[in-house]
Amino acid sequence: MSGGTTLENANPVIFQRSGERLLADTDADEDVHDPIDDREIFDLIRSINDPEHPLSLEELNVLEQVRVKVNDAESSVDVQFTPTIPHCSMATLIGLSIKVKLLRSLPERFKIDVSITPGTHASEEAVNKQLADKERVAAALENSSLLEVVNQCLTNKNT
Amino acid sequence: MKPSLTPVQKLVAHPDSRCWFVSWNPTGTLLASCGWGTRPSGSGDWRETLGFDATTCIWKKKNDDFESLTVLEGHENEVKCVAWAPSGNLLATCSRDKSVWVWEVDEEDEYECVTVVNSHTQDVKHIVWHPNQELLASASYDNNICIYKEEDDDWECKATLQGHTSTVWSLAFDPSGERLASCSDDRTVKIWKESPNQSEQGDLSWKCVCTLSGFHGRTVYDISWCRLTGALATACGDDAVRVFMEDETADPEQPVFSLAAQVTRAHNQDVNCVSWNPKEAGLLASCSDDGDITIWRFQPED
Repeated sequence: MSGGTTLENANPVIFQRSGERLLADTDADEDVHDPIDDREIFDLIRSINDPEHPLSLEELNVLEQVRVKVNDAESSVDVQFTPTIPHCSMATLIGLSIKVKLLRSLPERFKIDVSITPGTHASEEAVNKQLADKERVAAALENSSLLEVVNQCLTNKNT
Repeated sequence: MKPSLTPVQKLVAHPDSRCWFVSWNPTGTLLASCGWGTRPSGSGDWRETLGFDATTCIWKKKNDDFESLTVLEGHENEVKCVAWAPSGNLLATCSRDKSVWVWEVDEEDEYECVTVVNSHTQDVKHIVWHPNQELLASASYDNNICIYKEEDDDWECKATLQGHTSTVWSLAFDPSGERLASCSDDRTVKIWKESPNQSEQGDLSWKCVCTLSGFHGRTVYDISWCRLTGALATACGDDAVRVFMEDETADPEQPVFSLAAQVTRAHNQDVNCVSWNPKEAGLLASCSDDGDITIWRFQPED
C-alpha cells in the first residue's frame, strides 16, 4: 500500500447503500425466462470491499448502478467505476477485483469490460488497457500475494 | 459458389483450461496445442514450451517421445513467444520483460544468447521470422512493431512500425516475405510493405499499405497468412474466425483485401490462435478460451 499507513483519501464521502432488489411477480415463475439485468450485475459487485476503507465500493460511490450495463442477448457486460480521487493508486486493484468477481460469477459466454469512468483518473488510459489485456489479468492472478488482496476485497463482510 | 468456411472436426483439447496456441508441424501431419501458460511451437523435431517462470524449454524428438533437451534462462518474467529462424540455427524469444533475445544453436544442441534487444517499452507479445531471410519482427503492448537484422554479430532494431492505437498481438509474413500483417487490440489488421529505399544508417523503411477496419468486434488476437493460397485468417475476441482474400488486380502498393468468409460463433469464447496447414491448402486450425480446437476447411470461390 502506498504511503505506509497514511490513507490516500482519509475522509471519503460516504453514500447510502441501495435497498434490496424489488421482486417482480414473474421472478419466481420458472416458466418465464428472465434475462440477466443491470441490477443483478450491480448486486454481484456493489458489496466488494474498498482496499483502504472498511466500506463497500457502493458506499464510496465507486460503483453506481447507472454505470453498469448488461446485454444478455449479446452476452456483454460493461462496468465503469469511479475512483474517489484522480490519483488513486488503488484504481487497478479495484478494477481487477470487479473483473475477477464478474469472471467468477457469470457464465463463460459473457464478454466483460471493466473501465474507469471517463475523465475521473489521471492514468485512465493505462489502467483501462491493463484491465482489458487478458494475459496481464491472468498473470496478475498468478501472483499469490496480489490474489490474496483481491480475495480480501471480494470477501463479504456483511454476512 | 461463394467462398465458405466449414468445420471439419472439433477437438475437446483442453477441457479444464484455455487453449492458447495451435501449431502444425512442417509436413502438416501433426498439430501441437497448449493450454494456458505454455505455448509450444512446431519445428520438426523440436518443441518449445514456455511457462510463467520466465524459462523456455527445448524438447527434442527421440523416436516417438519428446525429451527435455535444455532450459533457456535469462528473461526476467513470462516468456510470451518463441520462434525458430527458417535455417534452424537461430531461435528468438520474447517476454513481458520488454526484451527480445536471439539465441544461436550449434551442432551439439548448445544454445548461446547472441543479443538481447530492448527496443520496446512494454511487454513483447509475439515474434515471427521472415520466411527466407534472417529478419525478425516483434509485436508489443507499446502499440509498435519492431524489425531486427543482424549487423556485426549483433541484432539491431532496424525499423519501428507505428500506426496501431493499442496492443499489437500477433504478426504474419506473406509467403514471399515482402509484406507483414499485424493484428491488434484496436480491432484492426494492418498490412505493411517494405519500401526499397534504405536510409544511410541501414535502417529499413516499412509502410502501412492497407488497414482492415470495421470487420472485428473485439481484440484481434492472431493472424495467419497461408503459404499456399495467400488467404489471411484472423482469430478474434468476438468468438469469430474470418478469412480475407486479396484482390489480385489491385495496385501492389495499395492492396485490397475483402472478407471472403466468416463464422461468427466459431467458438464459445475468445478465439486465440489460427494456423493454416502448411501442406494442405485451405485447412485451418483455430483454438479458443473454451479449450477447444476446431479444424476448418476454407473453400475459395470457384
